Amino acid sequence: MSEAFSASACPACVALPAALATAGAGQALAPAPNTLFLSLPTSHCAVCIADVERGLLAQPGVTAARVNLSLKRVRIEGPAAADPAPLIAALAAIGYPAHELNPEALRQTEAELWGRDLLMRLAVAGFAMMNIMLLSVAVWSGAEDATRDLFHWLSAAIALPTLVFAGQPFFASAWASIKARRLGMDVPISLALILASGMSLFETAMGGHHAYFDAAVSLCFFLLIGRYLDYRSRALARSAAEELSALEVPRALRLVPGAAGLAEAVPVSTLRPGDFVRVLPGGRLPVDGVVAEGQSELDRALLTGETAPVPIAPGQVVSAGEVNLTGPLVVQVTAAGADSSLARMAALVAAAEGARHRYRGLADRMARAYSPVVHIMAFSAFSVWLGLTGDLRLAVNIAAATLIITCPCALALAAPAVVTAASGKLFRKGLLIKDGTALERLAEAEAVVFDKTGTLTLGAPQVDVPMAEAQDLALALALAEGSNHPLSQAIAAALRARGLTPAPVQARREVPGFGVLAQAGGRALRLGRPGWAGEGLTQNRKAVPSGLSEVEFRAGAHLLRFTFQDSLRPGAAELVARLQAEGRRVILLSGDQPGPVAALAATLGIAEHHAGVGPAEKAALLSSLAKAGARPLMVGDGLNDTAALAAAHVSISPASALDAARAASDIVLLGQSLEPVGEALALARLARRRIKENFVLSLGYNLISVPLALLGLATPLIAALAMSSSSLTVSLNALRMNVKGAR
Amino acid sequence: MEMLALLIPVSLGLGLLGLVAFVWALKNRQYDDPAGDAQRILTKDWDDHPKG
Repeated sequence: MSEAFSASACPACVALPAALATAGAGQALAPAPNTLFLSLPTSHCAVCIADVERGLLAQPGVTAARVNLSLKRVRIEGPAAADPAPLIAALAAIGYPAHELNPEALRQTEAELWGRDLLMRLAVAGFAMMNIMLLSVAVWSGAEDATRDLFHWLSAAIALPTLVFAGQPFFASAWASIKARRLGMDVPISLALILASGMSLFETAMGGHHAYFDAAVSLCFFLLIGRYLDYRSRALARSAAEELSALEVPRALRLVPGAAGLAEAVPVSTLRPGDFVRVLPGGRLPVDGVVAEGQSELDRALLTGETAPVPIAPGQVVSAGEVNLTGPLVVQVTAAGADSSLARMAALVAAAEGARHRYRGLADRMARAYSPVVHIMAFSAFSVWLGLTGDLRLAVNIAAATLIITCPCALALAAPAVVTAASGKLFRKGLLIKDGTALERLAEAEAVVFDKTGTLTLGAPQVDVPMAEAQDLALALALAEGSNHPLSQAIAAALRARGLTPAPVQARREVPGFGVLAQAGGRALRLGRPGWAGEGLTQNRKAVPSGLSEVEFRAGAHLLRFTFQDSLRPGAAELVARLQAEGRRVILLSGDQPGPVAALAATLGIAEHHAGVGPAEKAALLSSLAKAGARPLMVGDGLNDTAALAAAHVSISPASALDAARAASDIVLLGQSLEPVGEALALARLARRRIKENFVLSLGYNLISVPLALLGLATPLIAALAMSSSSLTVSLNALRMNVKGAR
Repeated sequence: MEMLALLIPVSLGLGLLGLVAFVWALKNRQYDDPAGDAQRILTKDWDDHPKG
């Protein structure tokens, strides 16, 4: 990653570039890129395009902005692209939430070229099929002798080069599977293509009645459609993966030994235990270590799920991935790189993901069972007819017809058509499917496991403003605006929302780890940790309800208390109610304290809840659920959930989740509401039913046409009819998904 | 039947023309944003002259 500060949605990342520059590290960074991609999950109409483009072009330093509505992203060019934060803020101001995408990863990849290549082959096959069909209609309607031969020759002249060009994906993959001594679906396909065209060429040369050029080319065409749809759903998956930028802080400020206070920016990989690194407010800790200097507060939410920031002082142990909030810290490295707790977590995720990749989709299992049957049938037709009649030409003819008819045109379309239709529909509802088999796995989910902070709740604290005089609150606002601490910012936002303006204060300064202090009219003002703000004041302390954070404000002899509560994510209550009504097991897992977890569980009516669960225990619980056959769906967002997300049967994370969590999950929720998850579950079941229906439909066609082929009654006309009508039926059945129940 | 000598090349040529047009459009990145292009036609930005 060339950008040191692209990662994360942390509250104060904006501070990081400036901080790096002041440390003299600015020139060490890669040259500022002048192209930027932002993802725009809510854009959907002509007005959105115009709004976003106009809004971006109004920003200084933007020379070009173009929205791609199909991909829901905008490409921005110009010097302003070096720093996405103000552009994202500008878009948020006009009502379009945006996320930064990594331009390095979005450059045209080999896979994208492969998609175009497939489309080109598809077009050529389609062109050839239309023309050969045109000629074949004449033959079917009774052309004879010289005319028929002429038309057959013309068909051959179109079909043979087409098959050589358009059939390549099948030939290549069949050759690869033969070399690996496996029998994939592409082996019978290639065999059918080669046998049909070779046999037809021979028949044409002999002036025979039947040539299967049209069948061979249309087989190729329909199969390419299936391939292309398959590629499309995979491309969607890949683009989601590409949208995830790196989590790890690639650079750290290392204190130069001997030169007091001088720091240099070095790649994290070069840090050794014993080095000292400086972590500025707003920065994420790059290493595990012990605090050597400074006082601050740490946001551990991503690692433990704890909502409240933790005060930190010299001598305390800190881990990589935590965010430093208020004061600069000097940390002595105890473990860096592969040894850090972050890397250990990544290893846990990798292990869990490996287990899931062994899942085989319905289509895959179907093809495995089906492909030997095709071979056996064609071969037995050949040997029986050869034995009965002794006519080699007839036997080869019948074997080729059997192969063509059994060839799984509709079978190849059955799953991809449904998956494409379903993921398109889900995308419109704000869910991005990253994995082709995710829908099938989602349909099987029985238990649903939720994380608390950031998943069922928004992860952003909501202030309960105490009853007080406006004058005091205005002073509190002045102090609150003096810190980047999230609680402080939340107070400031809440007071601003009441129409208050900050009162003038003097000598305002932040005491890292404690709060903000100032003077106004001879009164000492303090806003900060309980106990610190009210130091020396004797006022009866009420016990704070468990699970709530608290900030005190002292103005002279007055003491005010601000309490915080994390608010529910929209749609969370509805989703939990819906899942329970459907009879699914709902479990709440959190790394937070028992108090807030129980409170939330009571609000939502979740009976099964576990508090204080660490990342490894979460993953273990998910694995044990999976072993018990519950096929859990995990919904989570934090770094502490990543292993659990990977261990679950299927997983969903909100777009606000940490990059690593989104990378580990199968489905990303683009909007803020959780409600689409319930619809996704219903749609996944519908999709699975459609896929199964499609299998039945295509096998039904085979049931009718295969006996005809085996008896030697199949003609090119019957083959063409069976093939195109079954493919059409299957596609229409898949499209039914978009019509029925499309609210 | 002599007409065939003319009609077949004509029909193949027409089909080929369509294929070439498609290939050109594909190479020209006309299929990158079908949804966006369908919506852009509704805005007034390009009505009188190319957007400046």
